[in-house]
Amino acid sequence: MSEPDVVLRLTDLVKTFPGVRALDGVQLEVRAGEVHCLLGQNGAGKSTLIKVLSGVHRPDAGTVEWLGQPVAFANPQAAMKAGIATIYQELDLVDDLSVSENVFLGHEPRRLGFIRRGAMADRTRRILGSLGHEEIPARRMVHALQAAGKQVVSMARALSQEAKLMIMDEPSAVLAHDEVENLFRIIRSLTAQGIAVIYISHRLEEIREIGDRVTVLKDGRTTAANLSAKETPTSELVSRMTGRTIEYVFPPRPEEPPQREELLRVDGLTRAGEFRDVSLSVAAGEIVGIAGLVGSGRSELLETVYGARRADTGTVTLGGRTLRPGSVGSAVRAGMGMAPEERKSQALLLGEPIYRNMTLATFSGLARLGFTDAGRERAEADRIAASLDLRPRDVRRPVGTLSGGNQQKVVVGRWLLGDTRLLLLDEPTRGVDVGARAELYRVIRRLASEGVGVLLVSSEVPEVLGLSDRVLVMREGRVVRQAPSHELDEDTVLDLVMAGSLMEGTPA
Amino acid sequence: MTLSEGTGLAVPGAATEPPGGAAQKRSWAGESGESVARNLVLVGVLVALIVIGAITQPQLYSDSTWVWNNMVSILQLASVVGVVTVGMTFVIIGGGIDLSVGAIVALAGVWCTTLATQSYGTVGMIFTAIVVAVSVGLINGVLISYGRLVPFIATLAMLVSARGLAAAISGKQTQISANTFINSLASDRVLGVPLLVYILAVVAVAGWVLLNRTTFGRRTVAVGGNPEAARLAGIDVKLHTMLLYGLSGLCCGIAAIMLTSQATSAQAAMGNLYELDAIAAAIIGGTLLSGGRGTIVGSILGVLIFATITNLFAINGLSTEAQNMVKGGIIVAAVLVQQFRFKSVTQFFARNRATTTS
Repeated sequence: MSEPDVVLRLTDLVKTFPGVRALDGVQLEVRAGEVHCLLGQNGAGKSTLIKVLSGVHRPDAGTVEWLGQPVAFANPQAAMKAGIATIYQELDLVDDLSVSENVFLGHEPRRLGFIRRGAMADRTRRILGSLGHEEIPARRMVHALQAAGKQVVSMARALSQEAKLMIMDEPSAVLAHDEVENLFRIIRSLTAQGIAVIYISHRLEEIREIGDRVTVLKDGRTTAANLSAKETPTSELVSRMTGRTIEYVFPPRPEEPPQREELLRVDGLTRAGEFRDVSLSVAAGEIVGIAGLVGSGRSELLETVYGARRADTGTVTLGGRTLRPGSVGSAVRAGMGMAPEERKSQALLLGEPIYRNMTLATFSGLARLGFTDAGRERAEADRIAASLDLRPRDVRRPVGTLSGGNQQKVVVGRWLLGDTRLLLLDEPTRGVDVGARAELYRVIRRLASEGVGVLLVSSEVPEVLGLSDRVLVMREGRVVRQAPSHELDEDTVLDLVMAGSLMEGTPA
Repeated sequence: MTLSEGTGLAVPGAATEPPGGAAQKRSWAGESGESVARNLVLVGVLVALIVIGAITQPQLYSDSTWVWNNMVSILQLASVVGVVTVGMTFVIIGGGIDLSVGAIVALAGVWCTTLATQSYGTVGMIFTAIVVAVSVGLINGVLISYGRLVPFIATLAMLVSARGLAAAISGKQTQISANTFINSLASDRVLGVPLLVYILAVVAVAGWVLLNRTTFGRRTVAVGGNPEAARLAGIDVKLHTMLLYGLSGLCCGIAAIMLTSQATSAQAAMGNLYELDAIAAAIIGGTLLSGGRGTIVGSILGVLIFATITNLFAINGLSTEAQNMVKGGIIVAAVLVQQFRFKSVTQFFARNRATTTS
């Protein structure tokens, strides 16, 4: 039996995906009227946990106890009906409906099949009032609202269904600084009504201010439960999140080479709202890692260096040649290659054979007078497939039939075919299982030893530290620290990326 | 240095090893087995339609001269739309749609048969038709690629304005073609087959080669299959998209000459609803409307199926109204079949992924 005020209790929750154990024994206990913070690095399992709670995924093992009863939500509607609402980062509102239509979407008050618009607007006003936001007009179109307003509407929707638990996934990420205070005021009014809140944030200072208790996740496991949000020392929280239990095998770094030739130089690169005044360099044969949270501007930076986004100001120079801003063609011709963050949507033609995916950037060069040479393409792709130990090796198979790790090898392999001098890797091991990771690390290191420069972005701090020669730490669109990787450790980097809560005034 | 030299290091023998000999033989089936199977189904449908014709009109089919002439008339019926469909197939595989093809055919046909143009002779007329049609196609392409208009809207607008221009040029009159060479394309036969059919054959073969054997074709599939991936691989997606509409225009120009030859005249209403016939034929032929997949062979079979249905209704003395309703049903059925197949293929992928990684 649960204590009366515990609304949610998770015991030994397990959820596996092919090749990955996303949740591996999660314990969580949430009381009515509290703000329970979830803390963990990217990939620790927070998103999976949210999805299990909101009925998107079903757990493979373990129990979910909701209001004292074991439950299994078949779908998100069932979770919603039971009183668990999730406020996602990308708010799931319909832009072209009004505020009240959004609040009551799917459960509109009706009479004889007709929506009672007046009643709906009245109730919306009442709910908005209870959130302290009666100034939001119930009939205003949602697209006319700012991000903060949309967030309020999303919460109002949860309240309209009498939610008893609200899961907020990094709600402050979309808000300006002064709007966060307002968010906290709303959260306090929710908890005063007895509603429980699961609050996910990377910002320790927020957790200190709004949180009651903290549960820490690492590698899909609860490493600390029900710590006091106010009193637990930061060092303890950080240490609970770090120190991977899965040991990644990183290939050894070479002895410090004498003089490396500068390959890439980025000067004062800026894109409004994404990153500001970033300068960096990558030498031939060097692996430079960028650490930072989602939203710190790291992927945007990489794409801008590559020309997939056009810089507002600043220059990118590769091997002494200044690249035309906003031109991928110019970057590729100069010898740049990129493995983008979203493999499936940004890099692969899933229905096409492996070899055609591998030669996507080079088939013109392999062609004669505009006629493609499929035999030569297959031979070249087969050679790369062998050197990357692609499984299965048959390059005629559609690339969509491969596992994540092997798909990533195809994307990296694409750039091994040409004269690539600088490789940009955005989350190269996302969705890749542990064994394949080690292989990819070896491939990346081998490329560097052959003189290729590598600029790498990863959410996983150990990966950046273990693989790179030099590390840049990004926070809110700025490079806050630049150092050889052996001078940094996981705790330091984590502190740097998390809003400078511990080491205020770090040397940049 | 090139990366490709260095990466062979891990498995030194791999670079010299020829790609599996046994696998080479079934390469055509491995890469396009699904579309080959799909096209065989279409051939089956075609045969079934002819059998239906033979069953419903046995006395006609007992006359071998009539059968031959009927086959020829089906091919002739298919030839003009077939040429337009080849261009349409490229546009759809490239992730677009071209609603203006019928209007471009009309504009090119009218422009090349004005008295002024006819005075320049055969070359002048053909040149005019091609240049006009390609230019209009490229205007579509520029609007879509660089003006960022949705293809549907850009070509819909072109449909209206190109036909409007054609009407203005012709003064809503039918312009007789006095050019004997152009008129002979429809009337003259080689080995008993009209020249128009040979033109379709040449365009189809050229289209097949272009799609399957050239970098242009490869780019088309990449741009339509995943534009973002194509862009990030360094392909100039906008330029290529523009060229695709130019190519569609080129096909319309050729079709305009063919249609003018068939009617020995041109007028602003010619090529009416060709866009629907061409799109429907491409879809029936297995071209994915969202882009990235399709075959020329399938599209041509789609055109032949439509032509055969039209013929089937004609020899049975049925109305065009009934015919149109049946055609509509066939389009729906084809898309349903396509969705069903596609779903089963993705499920196959999903299962495969689960088994290979676990």
